[in-house]
Amino acid sequence: MAKQKRVLKQSTKSDFITYAMLAVAFIVVEVLTFTGNISSLLSGLLVPLCAYSILAVSLNLVVGILGDLSLGHAGFMCIGAYVSAFFSVTCADAIPQTWLRFLIAILLGGTVAGIFGFLIGIPVLRLKGDYLAIVTLAFGEIIKNIVNLLFVGIDENGLHVSLESANALNLTENGKVIIKGALGITGTPRDANFVIGFILLVITVFVALNLINSRTGRAAMSIRDNRIAAESVGINVTKYKLIVFSVSAFFAGIAGVLYAHNLSSLTATTKNFGYNMSIMILVFVVLGGIGSTRGSIIAAVILTALPEVLRGLNDYRMLIYAIVLILLMLANNNEKLNAYKEKISITNLFKNKKAGNTLDKEANS
Amino acid sequence: MKMKKVLAVLLAVTMVVLCFAACGKSNDASGEKNTNSTGEKTIKIGLSGPLTGSAAQYGNGVKNGAQLAVDEINEAGGINGIKLEFKMEDDEADAEKAKNAYNTLKDWGMQLSLGAVTSGACIAFQGEASVDNMFVLTPSATAVDAINGDNAFRVCFADPQQGVESADYIADKKLATKVAVIYDSSDAYSSGIYEAFSAEAAKKGLEIVTAQSFTADTKTDFSAQIQAIKSSGAELVFLPIYYSEASLILQTAKNAGLNVTFFGCDGLDGILTMENFDASLAEGVMLLTPFAKDATDDYTVKFVTKYKAKYGEDTMNQFAADAYDGVYIIKQAVEKAGITADMTSSEICDALKVAMTQIEYTGVTAKGMTWSANGEPTKPPIVVKIENGAYTIL
Amino acid sequence: MEFLSYLVSGISLGSIYALIALGYTMVYGIAKMLNFAHGDVIMVGAFVIFTVSTTWGLSPVVGVLISIVFCTLFGMLIEKVAYKPLRKASSLAVLITAIGVSYLLQNAAQLIFGSSTKSFTSVVNIPALRLFDGALVISGETIATIIISIIIMIALTLFINKTKPGRAMLAVAEDRGAAQLMGINVNATISLTFAIGSGLAAVAGALLCSAYPALSPTTGAMPGIKAFTAAVFGGIGSIPGAMIGGILLGVIENLSKGYISTQLSDAIVFAVLIIVLLVKPTGILGKKINEKV
Repeated sequence: MAKQKRVLKQSTKSDFITYAMLAVAFIVVEVLTFTGNISSLLSGLLVPLCAYSILAVSLNLVVGILGDLSLGHAGFMCIGAYVSAFFSVTCADAIPQTWLRFLIAILLGGTVAGIFGFLIGIPVLRLKGDYLAIVTLAFGEIIKNIVNLLFVGIDENGLHVSLESANALNLTENGKVIIKGALGITGTPRDANFVIGFILLVITVFVALNLINSRTGRAAMSIRDNRIAAESVGINVTKYKLIVFSVSAFFAGIAGVLYAHNLSSLTATTKNFGYNMSIMILVFVVLGGIGSTRGSIIAAVILTALPEVLRGLNDYRMLIYAIVLILLMLANNNEKLNAYKEKISITNLFKNKKAGNTLDKEANS
Repeated sequence: MKMKKVLAVLLAVTMVVLCFAACGKSNDASGEKNTNSTGEKTIKIGLSGPLTGSAAQYGNGVKNGAQLAVDEINEAGGINGIKLEFKMEDDEADAEKAKNAYNTLKDWGMQLSLGAVTSGACIAFQGEASVDNMFVLTPSATAVDAINGDNAFRVCFADPQQGVESADYIADKKLATKVAVIYDSSDAYSSGIYEAFSAEAAKKGLEIVTAQSFTADTKTDFSAQIQAIKSSGAELVFLPIYYSEASLILQTAKNAGLNVTFFGCDGLDGILTMENFDASLAEGVMLLTPFAKDATDDYTVKFVTKYKAKYGEDTMNQFAADAYDGVYIIKQAVEKAGITADMTSSEICDALKVAMTQIEYTGVTAKGMTWSANGEPTKPPIVVKIENGAYTIL
Repeated sequence: MEFLSYLVSGISLGSIYALIALGYTMVYGIAKMLNFAHGDVIMVGAFVIFTVSTTWGLSPVVGVLISIVFCTLFGMLIEKVAYKPLRKASSLAVLITAIGVSYLLQNAAQLIFGSSTKSFTSVVNIPALRLFDGALVISGETIATIIISIIIMIALTLFINKTKPGRAMLAVAEDRGAAQLMGINVNATISLTFAIGSGLAAVAGALLCSAYPALSPTTGAMPGIKAFTAAVFGGIGSIPGAMIGGILLGVIENLSKGYISTQLSDAIVFAVLIIVLLVKPTGILGKKINEKV
């Protein structure tokens, strides 16, 4: 009992470091912006950095807490992006207040993605390991495939939907095609900014950390560590898995909303909503240390900024990026290096070394 | 947990690098931003396009074409004595990366731009550029929305225009009455042309007997599409797609014994310069293209000779030609508007907007091109037929 | 007749998926890792053939042989440099490294060979089979692919069940620790697995690009993912499963293109996959894992 208490306290301390890190990052960026010392590149990257951090934190719930490998996370992001962009474009005139429109867009995008997460979770979460991975990948690809064929227009008679072409919508003269198949949605109002993105990231982190430390989180982790044992003590496996999966999808949807409202063109390609992106988010989570919320954010920031920082290398940019990625993975798992890191660890200063080790062992088990 | 220490250090390093970049850039902006290393006055032209990933072949053509034109202009003493500086950033044909590329170019001190190479990326690029009032002349982004806003123009035809021109040509020359289409339903360019084509075909009395498609994920095997076309009794197959996929389709059609006419758009240009391509497969293919490498006019001959010598034949297609022309169009507009190197990007844009509608340009891809204020070019379409492995202009 | 034609081209596409899936499934079964770079090794193999037979002008057979040798060595090299240091790490860490290797190969290929698509000259010299007055054409590449896939499948099964190194592979797949205690050199066995898997990738590259002659640095990516799907479909780790999964995937893809929709064929393939896995959660021929508390 006493031991458990200590672990809990240590996890609170670890959470505190996470929040402090976010706060420092926020202050640094704001100071830079305020003093005009921020480059256009960095200021343009701020919203994507928030969006990818949210994605990484939310996928970490599935991979780290549930212990399931999901390769369809970008699908939920895609749903959130399309639903919210559709809403914002349609209601751009009806709701002139940007904040109100964007707030509704965020809630709408997140909720619809969450519902899809719930519906897809029911069949998918029965599977295990690589089979679950491939089925989530399949769902993600189906979502992308259908979105690419989707034509939605609006006129005074209401919504028209077609999977054929814009001509098949039979719109009246005043009608407007909003989702144009492969061309996607253009002219989304760019409502997203760093402050909103940052607030959403903090909310995501708050929910994620509390979920991990809650009854639900502990139940989910017990399922991850041993499903049969968890079941035998009366934990409802399906229920807890579904809760975590839906919450994760909800936040992926919100990241999608940020993504969509940061660019004036939204298309569903393999690069942004296909398996490539799902894998990329997984890379953030694994590189950051499975189960670690803070690590997910740090890895998301580094790997999103890295290709931009490497622009000076011209043709060799992506080659070097790949090499850095491999070296990071190798360095992360190098025993000698890890032992050395342990010695100079910053966490030692905070004297919660043991909590760190416990978490890490849990994550790697 | 352990690994996060190293990550934290790395993050700190990244942040520091970014901050330095930030400071460095802003110092640039406050100081003498438009001089090159030798201290001459320059105008900085930026461009974003795919240089890595599966669309890189299109981006590299544009890069080479633009660079060739910039080098030529600088060798000849620049525009009214002002040298040009050109920089292309990689966007992997992705909208988000295009925004990053735009911002990187802005930090570099870009004063006017050639926009982005591909449609989706260009819409995002233009979204940023219109806010800053930055001039955009895209060589190759064909989507209608790619040049929304009065600061943007293009060198190539828009998608609907190509679809309409193709349908008109097929109907007017009575090439066929029963037409089949194969298009890429996951690609904005391809589905944009297809849509306009099918609408115009209906008006002109062409019957589209079957519309087959593929996606970026299913562009390996085309035998099902070819089989469906074979059974549909089509006399002509319309291919609003890029040449890499077209080469596979032509091979599959030959294997399946499908003997029909193929008709394509500018995306098909480049098929003959594909390394190791069996030109007999493309015999009889017709296409709508702004650039014919076998044309004998002075502009084309000069471009083709120089390009071949410098970059080889691999990427010598309409992408390169449009970009080459794009730089010369900018030159003409800059001369007309009397741009000087110390003007800001917004001033340059306002001046060029007016100048663009007043100039008439003749170059590799067209004779007597003019522009309307909405940014669309007016130029006659050229239809060519591949005969004996070379273009014959019809 | 139409149906037969769709079926034949489906089998042709499917047997290429199957050939790639064999490599996936072997590596998975023995090294317990999803080698996402496998598709890119195929691309490397195809580029080697292209360089040898088109650029240097040697005969295609020489090209294929050099390619197989090159890829075998190359596969072992990748394994030694990128995967071996992670032997004790979680399988996800190795998966991420494999993705890094995949990016590395694609970008290196682009720097070496350029980004533009190249037309591949078929290495298969079998005339096409024309049946029913040309209404049904079976290309030489299809015939070659199917025959080679079957030969490789049988050879692999024999190798694994009848030879000593093959049995060592089985033992390592079953229980790495116990195998080591029995005196099996686990590292050498895993290295051998990569060598065979990459050699197979070279063969797959030759056949893939002969049947669909467009070669670019990203050629291997999509077939790689499809083959991974096929391997899971058939039950990952099972060699006949990879074969069946690959062919079924190709046939379903082509039939749905022919009869339902060319646009939705991907969605349909994945939907079928989902349904199959929900009914048989470990794939068609996958082993049922008994859980112990």
